[in-house]
Order: sequence, then C-alpha cells, then structure tokens
Amino acid sequence: MAELTVAAPMAGVVAEDRIAVATQWQLIWWRFRRHKLAVGGTIVLVAFYLVALFADFFAYVDPTESEAQRSLIAPQAIHWIDDGSFKPFVYGLKGARDPLTFKRVYVPDTSRKIPVTFFGHGEPWQVLGFIPTDRHLIAVEGAKPSEALFLLGTDTHGRDLWSRLMYATRTSMTIGLVSVALSLVLGVVLGGISGYFGGAIDSVIQRIIEILRSIPTIPLWMGLAAALPADWSVVQVYFAITIIISLIGWTELARVVRGRFISLKQEDFVMAAELVGCSKTRIIFRHMVPSFISHIIAATTLAIPAIIISETSLSFLGLGLRPPAISWGVLLQDAQNIQALVISPWLLLPSFAVIIAVLAFNFMGDGIRDAADPYL
Amino acid sequence: MVTYIVRRLMLAVLTVWAISVLSFMIIHLPPGDYVTSYIASMSASGSAVSEGEAAALREQLGLDKPITVQYAKWMGLILQGNFGMAMEWGRPVSDVIGDRLTLTMVISVAAIIFTWGIALPIGIYSAVYPYSFLDYAFTLIGFIGLAIPGFLLALVVMYVGFAYFGANVGGLFSPDFIEAPWSMEKVWDLTKHLPIPAIVLGVAGTAQLIRIMRSNLLDELRKPYVMTARARGLSEYRVIMRYPVRVALNPFVSTIGYLLPYVVSGSIIVSLVLSLPTVGPLLLKALIAQDMFLAGTIILLLGVMTVIGTLISDLLLMWVDPRIRFGRE
Repeated sequence: MAELTVAAPMAGVVAEDRIAVATQWQLIWWRFRRHKLAVGGTIVLVAFYLVALFADFFAYVDPTESEAQRSLIAPQAIHWIDDGSFKPFVYGLKGARDPLTFKRVYVPDTSRKIPVTFFGHGEPWQVLGFIPTDRHLIAVEGAKPSEALFLLGTDTHGRDLWSRLMYATRTSMTIGLVSVALSLVLGVVLGGISGYFGGAIDSVIQRIIEILRSIPTIPLWMGLAAALPADWSVVQVYFAITIIISLIGWTELARVVRGRFISLKQEDFVMAAELVGCSKTRIIFRHMVPSFISHIIAATTLAIPAIIISETSLSFLGLGLRPPAISWGVLLQDAQNIQALVISPWLLLPSFAVIIAVLAFNFMGDGIRDAADPYL
Repeated sequence: MVTYIVRRLMLAVLTVWAISVLSFMIIHLPPGDYVTSYIASMSASGSAVSEGEAAALREQLGLDKPITVQYAKWMGLILQGNFGMAMEWGRPVSDVIGDRLTLTMVISVAAIIFTWGIALPIGIYSAVYPYSFLDYAFTLIGFIGLAIPGFLLALVVMYVGFAYFGANVGGLFSPDFIEAPWSMEKVWDLTKHLPIPAIVLGVAGTAQLIRIMRSNLLDELRKPYVMTARARGLSEYRVIMRYPVRVALNPFVSTIGYLLPYVVSGSIIVSLVLSLPTVGPLLLKALIAQDMFLAGTIILLLGVMTVIGTLISDLLLMWVDPRIRFGRE
C-alpha cells in the first residue's frame, strides 16, 4: 500500500518531465495515439496503400483478361477444413442451365476439389517493376487461377472482380494523393500570399475562392472532363482528371492556410523575429510554417476523401477514367443497371472499398486535427 | 446594412460573370466546333455538307469571329433570353430545359429542407446530452453518411426497392402523370415521390451540419451567461433555446451558401441513378454528344440559380445576425 502511494506521484513527475522535453511532433504523436478511431483508420489506410503498391501480388489473375464463358459468376467460398485438417480448397465450377429462366448459371462441382495455397506460384510479375517473381497472396494448385478462383465473382465480361478490385485500389488511392498534392501546392501558395500580404491581393484571391465555391462542382467537372479528347491514353486522362479535380479542391486548403497566417502574424514571436531583422523568407519558413504545418497535414488528410469520392463519381458517370483504366468508379459503372444489379449484387462490392477508404481518411484526419491543436 | 447588401449584390454579379466565362470556355474546350459536329452528324445520316455551306453556316453563327466577339454575341443572345438551339433535339434550348430546371431546384430545396429539419434537432440534442448513447449513435451514423457518395446511396435505395419490394423507386412522377399537364393531382404526386431523392441528396449535408451544430452549441453552452440564466431559475427549455441556440445558429445559416452548390451538384449525379427528370441526365447526354450550347446553358443556369440561392441565404443570415445587419462583421 505504502509503495503504491509513493510510486504514483513519482510516475506523474516522470510523465511531466517527458512532456516538458518532448518536441512538438512527439506531443502530437502522443495525443494522436490516444484517439483509437484515428489509429484504426491509419492502420486501414496503410493496408490500402500496401494493396496499391503490390496490387499484382494481391491479385491472382490479369485484371483485363476477359472470357465471355465466365461472365457473372457468383462469388465463391473458400472451404478451410478438409477431412478434419486445415487444407483450404475451392470446388470446381460447372456450367448449367437454370431450368426456369434458361440462363447460364454456375454450380459448384463437389466432386472436384481444387487446393488453395497462400504465397503460392501464379502468373509472373515484377516487384516494384524490376524484381521478377511469380508469388501471389492466393494461388491454386493443379489448375489455372483464371479458371478456378472467383473470390468475388466475375463481371459481365468474365473478368475476375477480386483482381480488378486490387488494381482499382491502386488507381483510386493514388489519384487522391496526386490531386491533393496539386491542391496543396496551389492552396499553400495562394492562401499564403493572401494571408501574409493581405490588402488588395488578399481580396482578389478571396473573391476567386468565393466564386469557385459557389459554382456547383459536378457540372463544372463534367464539362471539363467531357472536353478531354477521346483518343487520349489512360495515363493522360489520369493526369487530366487529377488536374480538373484539384482546380477546385485547392480552395479549402487555401482558406485554412490563410486563416493560420492571419492569426500567426499577430503573435509575439513573429514580431520578435521581425524586430531582430529576420528576412521575410526566414520568418515564413523558419518561424511561421512549422507552427501550422500540422494543421495543413490535417486539412490535407481531410481533403483526400472528397477527391476519392469525386473521382469515383466522375468515373461512374463515364466522364472520369475510362476503360481499360481500372478504378473503383470504373468498376461501379457495371452496377449502373438496376436489373443487372438485382441478378448479380456482387457488382456492388467495390463500393465497400470506397466507403471504408473514405471513412478511414476521415477518422485519421479528425485524429490529426485534434492532436495538432494544443488547446484541446 | 446597405453597404453589406450592395457588396453581396456586386459579388453575386461578379460570380455570375465568372460562371458565364467558365461555361463559355467549356463550350469551346473540345476540339472542333458546332459546325464540325453538325457536318459529322449530317454525313452520318448520309447527306453531305459542302465547303461553301460550312463556311456560310460558320458566318451565320458567327463562329468565324474571334473568341471574344463570340462570347459577347453569346452573352447578348442570353440576355435577350435566347439560349440557342439544342443540336441533338433540333429545338430551342429553353424548350428542352424548361420544366427540368424547375424540378432540379424543387429537389434541391427539398433536400435542404430535409437537411435542416433533421440536422437542427439532432444537433441540439447531441450538444445538450453530449457523450450520451444517442449522441454516439448519431455521430456514427453521421460519419457513415459522410462516407457514402450520393450516387452509391441512390444505387442502394434502388436496389433495395427493386429486390425486396419489387417496385421502381426512381422517378418523380407515377407513370400516369409523366406526360400530364400540371394540376393539383400532379403536384401531389410529385410531393409523394420527393422524399426519397431528398433524403438521398441530403444525407451527407445532414451529417456535416449535425457536427457543426453540435460543436457550436457545445461551445455556447459552456459560456457564463448560460449559467447566469440557469441561476436565475429560467426553465431549461428557455435557457437552451432562447439564446445559445440562436447564437449557434449563425454559422449554421451561413453554411447554406455552401450547401446549395453542393446539393445541386449532387442532384445531377443522383438524378442519373434515380432517373429523375432534372437537368442532370440532359447535361450528361449533351456533354457526351458535344452539344455544347445545351451543356453550356445548363451549367450557366445552374450556376446562376446557385448564386441567387446563396444571395438569399446571405440576406437570411443578415436577418438572423444583428452584427452583420449593423455593419460590424
């Protein structure tokens, strides 16, 4: 009992010492760690970006390989236990006719078991584009994966939805990063100018922001996206779309940066720096920027989900990325037809990826924002 | 107060001008012009257009003039209420758009009314009983609502309606009323079909507004004047509703300005999924067919309507907030 009472205040003193000597980034990290949802969101995002980086590893077939014979196969279950021991397998599929609708359906052929292996051999690919390998997360033995494995089913062209989802994750998750980087540059430069110099230039930039924000974005994006030449390559369209999206996305970031600059300009430490004769560049980058960079990171994180939703919506309409590009929006185009969706509801599965990614970004952004604000 | 109104009006005019320039640029962005696409569509149907005819058509439409002159002419026509011809339809743009623009606005306003009607009471509840079970539940629903893009929600609603109720929940009218002239019955039919699109459109905005209202009111409730009011024995209802809610309402009202463009944007894409007779599907078709007069006009008119809506919300804000009314911002 006596030991406890002595130990407790000691621990408090140690903790206080730690806080006193911690850097600003350590303090932010400690506060961020306490925000459970934000930590969870971060872990989910790391997983998403791992998939984006190693899409070829997580996919098991070529996402563009189509086969009319295999169209609209329902998702297939992996059976984990075979004969009382852990031996995952899937049943082979055989085509049949629905006796009522005469539609082609696939039923599991319970006489044929195809063993499933993890980290097994499959189609060759290259790690980061230069290390050749043929390992995949999931592989099958004794059959071609494109003929045996349909974890999330297939689309109308008989392309494997799981593999397509992996590649779509790469496109959709990176488009958010590229667009936000562009918005960030525009936002920080224009917002910084606006906030630091003030006066006429501030009013001009503020009016531009107000005007841009009062225009309905989707019609504007649609107009710009429709103007992209039809013969552009996937890469060209990809970058054009990122530019179109960030043309409007920068306004929110500029608003945050401007607000920070204005409130910091009146702080004593800025005046002190001015009095000792620091140059403007030094005041901005050495004294002001470090004190609000965490806010910028939070605003940036919160801007990414909006961009992901924009890209998905545009591609869904057929105005964003177009096939053969694969993104979440492109995948969801298949779900546009309600009748088709009722027959094969698994076409809606990519939407879960969108929702989970957006939620995770929102949680992480919220966590960073709370952690970055020392007065909370 | 007068300065404020004049300032807002001038900003509105400036915005409309900027939107007109942007829409005009969009009309001219794709390679080729109206005549090239006209020739293409004529040769597709088997008849040829000679060089001379093309040149004459260009001259007649003023397409041979520099772009600034073209812009001035386009503006001139629009100010006279003439939006040009919708190529694909062979009818004046104003004929084609007509009712659809009104319906777009009806849906958007319905969505905003829904947003307000839901966000206000929930926001107040969440602030008065923070960290209660319902507060957490609303926060969770709000987060999910924010994360689901409008078109996905529309898809899910359509799917559920179709798969479990066997009914098509899309559209704004029952089949009997689609072609019928406007009457009380048709308006009533519209009212019955309005909730689903309004809810689908309003969910994301509602989630956002609940969070704003909650944090505003929480800040306000901590202030000493609330304690004073309570100490003087005012009823709890009065303590909360009379002053703190009114103050917390300010930023709430000012967000309508941003809510309207957002909802109008959303209505375009949600209309496509729910097959609503708004300008959304029309705009998409016009853009794909490069019918840029129609597309440009729709973008321009949507922009102008949003600006007018924002102006109204600003005036409303002035009415609610005396600090703005008396010129102290």
